Order: sequence, then structure tokens, then C-alpha cells
Amino acid sequence: MKIRKNLAISDTGFIFDPATGNSFSTNPIGLGILKLLKEEKKQEDIISKMCEEYETDAVTIERDVQEFITLLEKFRLSDHDET
Amino acid sequence: MMKRKLIIAVTGLNATDNPGPGIAVIRALRESESFEARIIGLSYETLEPGIYMHWLVDKTYQLPLPSAGVEDLYKRLEQICQTEKIDVLIPNFDSELFNFIRISDWLRRNLKIHTFLPTENQLEERAKHNLADFGSKYNVSVPESEIHHNTISLMNTDFTYPFVVKGKFYDATTVYSREQAVQAFNRIAAKWGTPVIVQKFIHGQEINVTAVGDGDGNTLGYVPMRKQYITDKGKAWSGVSIQDDELEKITRTLMGKTKWRGGLELEIIRTDDATYYLIEINPRFPAWIYFANGCGQNHPELLVNLALGLQVKPLNTYEPGKLFIRYSYDMIVDLKEFEKISTSGEL
Repeated sequence: MKIRKNLAISDTGFIFDPATGNSFSTNPIGLGILKLLKEEKKQEDIISKMCEEYETDAVTIERDVQEFITLLEKFRLSDHDET
Repeated sequence: MMKRKLIIAVTGLNATDNPGPGIAVIRALRESESFEARIIGLSYETLEPGIYMHWLVDKTYQLPLPSAGVEDLYKRLEQICQTEKIDVLIPNFDSELFNFIRISDWLRRNLKIHTFLPTENQLEERAKHNLADFGSKYNVSVPESEIHHNTISLMNTDFTYPFVVKGKFYDATTVYSREQAVQAFNRIAAKWGTPVIVQKFIHGQEINVTAVGDGDGNTLGYVPMRKQYITDKGKAWSGVSIQDDELEKITRTLMGKTKWRGGLELEIIRTDDATYYLIEINPRFPAWIYFANGCGQNHPELLVNLALGLQVKPLNTYEPGKLFIRYSYDMIVDLKEFEKISTSGEL
């Protein structure tokens, strides 16, 4: 999954979608995932990176990352939605 | 560098909760880089706030209502021109455009007042009651609509609720029942006359575009905005500039095919499946036009230069992600001022 290239993402976790005018905010963990997605990292690489960074089991991290990616898709921020 | 000095007359000074574009146009003109403007406000009613906004409007003259016809309008402008040498006039109301278009050549020849207006044909074919034909002619999706002259025909509509009831110049109400439809029809017909237009309700994001056409098919300015906060009158109280390639393509194609002359506003609904429905074309600048300036494109300045026959460069960039947030403001006005505009027709 890739995120849309034209998204404006600030260091505070504020996201602006210039195509729709929608804006969102995310916490530092979400921001970390977004940055890795922007670097075109694969989902499994993101999960292992998050496992290194946070003291939580892999299953929980995998679930949280998947949930976050589902949210990005729901809000049409993923690349395959780009028109 | 010395700026050229111009006298520019502007209508639409009714900066109310359903604002005319005049004040926003004037703010943009005041920030022009190519000229310095003396602003002449042209008003219809004595309580139009712009009349009293002396930091923006240098002098205001009252005009006869559009229903008085072109002859009265011309005579009044002729009278005003004995005092003010108006270089350019920017009308901002749909309801007055027909009169100004009809006298535009006359104004230029006799009073040396320049305008840059759509043609009578352009004005007519984009009229709300002609939108369906407009959609077919220019291959753009428009919601299905019906024209009604009375409530009996309205009650026999096949449209399912909700649908939108619209006046021929202004006003639109979404109705959810027959009672609401009849009520909206009567209110709108009493204010704006008939026909009243009934349009299928399209669910989606409401996007507005302001653009300027040179009359030869070129788009010289383009800024799209998504409404973020909408008043109970359906007006944008805040909005954000967006960047949507498909929307830009639709706008440029439309401007090219229609050879639109002057400023306009496109009202578009983008559905969840990314279909774009044109719901209305306003043949003048929108009330949020100052926002285009804030995004990097000064459309009123562009229009003035076009009216004067100057070579203008197309404005091709703007900043997406800018916001405008409108506010209301109470002015304190001396009764003497109200008395002056009421009795002498000028202030």
C-alpha cells in the first residue's frame, strides 16, 4: 500500500489532502507509519520497524498498523484511489 | 514604479449574510500591483454595508433598480460621469447583468467606460432554466431539472425527495416533502419571479471554482475552493483551496468550448465515485473572490486589465491548502450619512 504523493504531512501529524480539501490529524505513532509509507516501505517492514521502536508484541503492532492502513484507505489517502 | 491611476465602479456592495461580491472585488482591486484604484460604489439600497465602508469605497452613487430598464441605467451613469470619469465598471449581480451587457458598447463609445462581460448569448445559455441544454451542448454532467411556473405542476413532479428548489437568479432550498416544496416555491417565486427550477439532489462534496475567460476560449485564471462551513442560506462561511486535476480539466474545457468572456463561478458537486456534476454557473465573480487573491490570483485585477484591452498573462499557479474564514462586523454609522445616501442618492 502506498499513500498519495500529493498529501501534505506536517511534523505535528496534521495531514491535508489537496484533492478534497479534507484534513486529518494523527498521533506520533501514526505519523511514523505515514513517514514509512511515504518512503514506500512494505507493510511487513513497517511492522518490524515498529517492533524495534516500541515495546509491544508483534501481533498487537501488526493489528494496529493494519487498522491504521485501513483508515487511510477509508479516507482515500492511499495511492490506488488517486485519479 | 508609479502605478497607473484608474477609477473603477463596482456594484454588489451588500456585504450581508448573503453577500454580493462587490466588497471582495474591491479588496482585490485595492491590492492590485498594476494600478491604483479610486473606487466608486454603485448601490441599489441604502443599507448596503459597502456604502459606509469608506476605507474601501471612496464614493457611492445609487443606481435605479434593474427592473427600471436600460434607459434609466444609462441616464444615471451619464449623470454620474459628469462628476466621476469612470474607466472600468464591474457589475456583480446576476439580475443587473443583462442591462449592463446591453449598454456596454454604448458605455464605451459615449462615456469611455470599459467593461468585460459575457455575451448576451452566454448569459442566456448558462441560465439555471437552461442548464440541462447547456449540459448536453457542452458534454458536462448536470443534475436532472424541471421548470415550474406554478405549484400545481410542481406537485406533479416525478422527482423523489429530497430535491432542490431554485430561483431563476438566486436562492436554493433543499426540500424533503411536498409541503416544503410548495412553501419554497411560493417564497422564491414571490422574490425572484417564475420560472422556478427544481433540481435533483446530488449527494457529494460542494466545490466552487472562480475563473476568468478571455472570450477566445482561454482560461486566464482558475482557483477551486471546497466549502467547509455553509450557512443556512447555503453560502460558504469558510472554505479551503484544493487541487483537483479532473476539476481543472473540466473547467478549462468548458471555458474553451463556451469561449467565456469575463469572470464566472462554477458550482460543482463531486460525488463519492468522483463524478462531477455542474449544478450552476454564476456569470460573475463569487462573493469569495478575494480568496482567489489570497491564493495568488487576483481575478478582479485581471478583469480590469482585460476590459482596458491590455495584454494579460494567464495566471497558472495558486496555492492549495489556503483557508478563508468569513466574519461579520458591526459598523457604527452616523445618521447624517444614512440621510445623505437616502435623500441625495450619493455618499
